[in-house]
Amino acid sequence: MAAAAAGLTFLALCLPFLGALIAPVVVRRLGHNAAWLLALLPGFAFLHFASLLPTVAAGRVQLGGFDWVPSLDLRFSWLIDGLSLTFALLITGIGTLIVLYAGGYLKGHVDLGRFFSFIFLFMGSMLGLVVSDSFLTLFVFWELTSITSFLLIGFDHHREASRRAALQALVVTGGGGLLLLAGLLLIWQVTGIGAMSNLLKAGDIMRASPFYLAALILVLGGAFTKSAQFPFHFWLPNAMEAPTPVSAYLHSATMVKAGVYLLMRLNPVMGGTMAWQTILPAFGAATLLVGTLLAIRQTDLKLKLAYTTVSSLGLLVMLTGFGTDYAVEAAVLYLVAHSLFKGALFMVAGIVDHETGTRDITRLGGLRSAMPLTFATALAAAVSMGGLPPAFGFLAKEEIYAALAQSSPAAIILTIIAVAGNALMFAIAFAVALKPFIGPRTETPHQPHEAPPLLWLGPAVLALLGLLSALFSAPWHAYVSSPMASAVGGKALEISVSLSPHIGLPLALSLVTVLIGILVYWQLDRARFLMSVVLRAFGPGPDRGFDGFIFGLVRLSHGVSRLLQPGRLEIYVTVTFLCLAAMLLIPPMIHGELPAMPAWPNLQWHEATIFLIAVIGVTAVVFARDRLTAIVSLGIQGFAVAVIFLLFGAPDLSFTQFMVETLAVVILALVMTRLRLSPSDRRPPLARIAHAVLATACGSGFALLLLKVTQAPFDLTLTAFFNQYSKLIAHGDNVVNVIIVDFRGTDTLGEIAVVAITGLAILALIRIRAGGERKLATNDPDLEEKLGFEEGMEAKR
Amino acid sequence: MNTLIFRTAAPFLTALMLLFSVFVLLRGHNEPGGGFIGGLIAASALAIYGIACGVTAVRRAIVFHPLSIAGFGLLAATIAGILSLLAGVPFMTGLWIYPHLFGVEVPLSTVMLFDTGVYLVVVGAITSIALALEEREVD
Repeated sequence: MAAAAAGLTFLALCLPFLGALIAPVVVRRLGHNAAWLLALLPGFAFLHFASLLPTVAAGRVQLGGFDWVPSLDLRFSWLIDGLSLTFALLITGIGTLIVLYAGGYLKGHVDLGRFFSFIFLFMGSMLGLVVSDSFLTLFVFWELTSITSFLLIGFDHHREASRRAALQALVVTGGGGLLLLAGLLLIWQVTGIGAMSNLLKAGDIMRASPFYLAALILVLGGAFTKSAQFPFHFWLPNAMEAPTPVSAYLHSATMVKAGVYLLMRLNPVMGGTMAWQTILPAFGAATLLVGTLLAIRQTDLKLKLAYTTVSSLGLLVMLTGFGTDYAVEAAVLYLVAHSLFKGALFMVAGIVDHETGTRDITRLGGLRSAMPLTFATALAAAVSMGGLPPAFGFLAKEEIYAALAQSSPAAIILTIIAVAGNALMFAIAFAVALKPFIGPRTETPHQPHEAPPLLWLGPAVLALLGLLSALFSAPWHAYVSSPMASAVGGKALEISVSLSPHIGLPLALSLVTVLIGILVYWQLDRARFLMSVVLRAFGPGPDRGFDGFIFGLVRLSHGVSRLLQPGRLEIYVTVTFLCLAAMLLIPPMIHGELPAMPAWPNLQWHEATIFLIAVIGVTAVVFARDRLTAIVSLGIQGFAVAVIFLLFGAPDLSFTQFMVETLAVVILALVMTRLRLSPSDRRPPLARIAHAVLATACGSGFALLLLKVTQAPFDLTLTAFFNQYSKLIAHGDNVVNVIIVDFRGTDTLGEIAVVAITGLAILALIRIRAGGERKLATNDPDLEEKLGFEEGMEAKR
Repeated sequence: MNTLIFRTAAPFLTALMLLFSVFVLLRGHNEPGGGFIGGLIAASALAIYGIACGVTAVRRAIVFHPLSIAGFGLLAATIAGILSLLAGVPFMTGLWIYPHLFGVEVPLSTVMLFDTGVYLVVVGAITSIALALEEREVD
């Protein structure tokens, strides 16, 4: 039974990726109605995860996975407990509705199939992220969500704003992902545990470790960038460049909640410390305030919602870091409530935009009669967002105030911030959900009418769920909230808050919140004006800072390339030989490993003659008047060396040397004829001396190295082995050849592959030269780049 | 270099060198020689032919593009390694057969196929460079 369930879980994890594969084909056949069919895939996954609810509610967890590299303890594995199950349900459930919604929203779009593919890829990554048990799987899926969200945000890739937003999201969240990787590796190193399920029991080791703070900061770097915490919040509103289904999915329940998920997951391991309870509430509270204040200023429906998402994420981080059981419960309730109402409101904003042609709140009004269903949905979601009964958001807010209402100074400050933030969110909720629908009808680009079922189905279901979950809070808590809170808290927690009246401080704070909210809503235009004055006083924000950062990065890399790649062969060769000389000469001198003076060999007269020829060849190279003579003289020296090999019993080496020398002379001579060089050497004397010193250093370095090597006692084990077995095993008498083609054949295979690829590369280089001789002759990299660019532009035309 | 004597002698010289290169390749297992040296000899032979009679003549004579020859050599060498896998022994283990052709026992092996691959890669890669450099008409 358990094995079958685990198999089904794996299948559910694969379903979104399957969807990504088939979506373009299905869309080509069925058009936008493919959404009905495609929505079945996440739907099935949702049903599977829903069937696990009773098991998890009973306190059990499902573990499963496959070994990948057992020797390194790397596994693909998943862990399903209350936390990951709730997330999985949100991802697949809202995912199903989003697929339907996208079918209506992007009806007739050329790239609808691609869009579905991207959405499914993202869904699969996100699902993988929240159920991951091993760190490796977690990190891979974490980065996958960054990459797929990059694709989604930049879906309208022909608009520059989209491309910029996509790149910004990728840089910020991907960069945070690298911090997370470092943090996870540090945790792995400290505890020796690479899986969440085991780590949860090892919190004491982690908290006691001297590396705790470093690991915490690295992990928070990942979580804060992903969940758009101040000062990394700027990418989220920019990401509203994406089509609305993307915003509704990524920026309500999934992508941006990944950071919160990580913090909740690690709460039992890293939470409860001074650092945790200081950093998280501080950043969370700052984000909450900044988000709501910035949201007030906006007039675009989507941007308003985006900034309130930032503030909600801040609230969640604040609660996760507060450190009491109540706070954990509040965070859990608010996370679920937020996913439901924010998803619905984003979709409503999309419907309004789709049907009227504008999202500007100042240009919208009186839509209630034209779009009654959308209005009702929007109101239901706004009631939850504003924290009014009978919605789930009300329960969440009561729990928040119950958690924060303590007497310590920090708690009082956080309570004030929470009240202020909630009040502003209340005002914005109704600004988004009420204002466009009431009042006198305004002129809009399109004549508004009610949205088709594909569009209203998603938000309606979410909004309804936000009410039902509050009305039937007992079973909802039993199956969803309590198991999740237990997983986050690291111990069994029971959530009991319900709609039944309970007089006390939380209710009083709620009343204050609502009163301030109504006041702000009433004076919204004035509040907006005030905020824009304040913000102008602050000057440019981190968004501009990002541009400056990217600009500086590009400048820096240009400078570095210019420094390292000057484009002059002369400099490359000089640097190479300088390094070579240093490598050969400095280490033996430091370690005192210079060779002893060799004994004078007893040379035969013919051997001496050959040596003499080699010396004459080298001398001729140095003193040659023109280049061709120098090349041929070099060949003479090479032939002399080949003869020496022959005399000392290495015929194979000698043969090869002969042929290589011959070909080298031929090819060098051919190359020389093609280079625009003066026939003779016209270097200034100073350069000649410098090059001579460098050449002597390299040459003597090699000589010393060879002397040292030959003076070391020679190990004959391999020689004996090859001599003994060459004929016996490999049926060959020529040991050298047998080594090349048999004993070390795989090496040779690699080498000949290199030879073939080198041939290919050199041919390409020669071809480029043949095509653009004039450009290369000047040897100016900038000019070449410019010409190449112009050529590219012409090709485009 | 383009003398009449050189141009007349070059085709014969090339033919002889090519023949010699194959001889060196085949005897390599027991005597000095082998695919690498053989390939270098063949490459010099083609270079000589190219200098004497022009690149077009060489390209016509070897039919295939030199890089195709190199690629084929790489393929042959890889197949030689994979054949051992098919026979159920580790990659690159030498396999030998001794068929009798015209009453003479001829030892054949995957090692020989491999060495031939080395030969072709060396010939192909170097010839392609040399020919491209000799080709001055395209400038």
